[in-house]
Amino acid sequence: MSGTLVTLALIFSQLSLLAFGGGNTILPEMQRQVVDIHHWMTAQEFGALFALAQAAPGPNMMVVPLVGWHVAGFSGVLVTSLAKFGPSSLVTGFALRLWERFKDRPWRRTVQAGLVPVTAGLVTASAIVITHASVSSWGTVVIAAGVAIATTTTRIHPLLALAAGAVLGLTGIGQP
Amino acid sequence: MDAIPAAQTTKHDAPDIGELFTGFFILGLTGFGGVLPLARHMMVEKRGWLSSAEFTDLLGLCQFLPGGNIINMSVAVGLKFRGIPGAFAAILGLIAVPTAVVIGLGVIYGRFADDPVVRHLFGGLAAAAAGLLISTAIKIAWPLRRDVLGLFIGALCVLAIAVFRLPLLPTLLTLAPLSIVLRSRQAS
Repeated sequence: MSGTLVTLALIFSQLSLLAFGGGNTILPEMQRQVVDIHHWMTAQEFGALFALAQAAPGPNMMVVPLVGWHVAGFSGVLVTSLAKFGPSSLVTGFALRLWERFKDRPWRRTVQAGLVPVTAGLVTASAIVITHASVSSWGTVVIAAGVAIATTTTRIHPLLALAAGAVLGLTGIGQP
Repeated sequence: MDAIPAAQTTKHDAPDIGELFTGFFILGLTGFGGVLPLARHMMVEKRGWLSSAEFTDLLGLCQFLPGGNIINMSVAVGLKFRGIPGAFAAILGLIAVPTAVVIGLGVIYGRFADDPVVRHLFGGLAAAAAGLLISTAIKIAWPLRRDVLGLFIGALCVLAIAVFRLPLLPTLLTLAPLSIVLRSRQAS
């Protein structure tokens, strides 16, 4: 068990430092690690955990403690949370001190502009990976497409869209 | 903590440790599907911890760094006002309730995952969550629609991660510098 915890700590501390552009960019790597490499769950289960985390309040990386819970119970929650939020917080702490000094340097804007397409690509990759795992029947295709269109074109509250998807899913229409 | 400063125009109402914890605790409790607008409301308008310009500046820093914006923001704001204990108070406040809620949902899911009704419910929920993520991707990528260089880098990223399932670390170490170099060539 302690070997599992060490592995969890290594995976999530690495993810912590790679999460440029927010948590959604590291979902494919997280899935690759916990599904493909360590076989702690199936891709469908990972999709379900991600959905649960989206339905919960708070910041959007709550899938992290949930994966920890699924793999190793309470100690898993503790280890994954510390590993995921610790290193990036340390970086934030140090960066805060340097921030004032480099604030007006032109290279900072160039770096930021350069990272935008990478972030966009990573989030798109996340959408593809998660959709691939969670959408398998025509019923779920309709739900995913409906939610994507509704939340892109209107200002509908995301939680309402999730609730609508859950209710539609409950009917079992178009699902095996 | 309920002593919300009456003078909302005051620039700095430096919060103490308890206020940092409760401020972010309430944020974690209420922030469904995106905490950012609520975070601004709490820190700038309601509690007056930061001016609008200070908030935008800190957000710029936090977007630039690895990790979630709001997680980093809680650490930065905690550090700014009360040092390391403040940072701990803020981030713990922020993730306390959401962590408890997701574990609760996880327990329910684990217990009833084999029930067909629950399976259908979570099937719909998972599909809706995927739909939300698609929408997020569209919104983030949309400003790049006429940016050939940006689309090229974005497409390489999608190919590497979603199609070839390459590891993130080497992908980032290749594409991020490439994108930054090409961008600076374009600018000059």
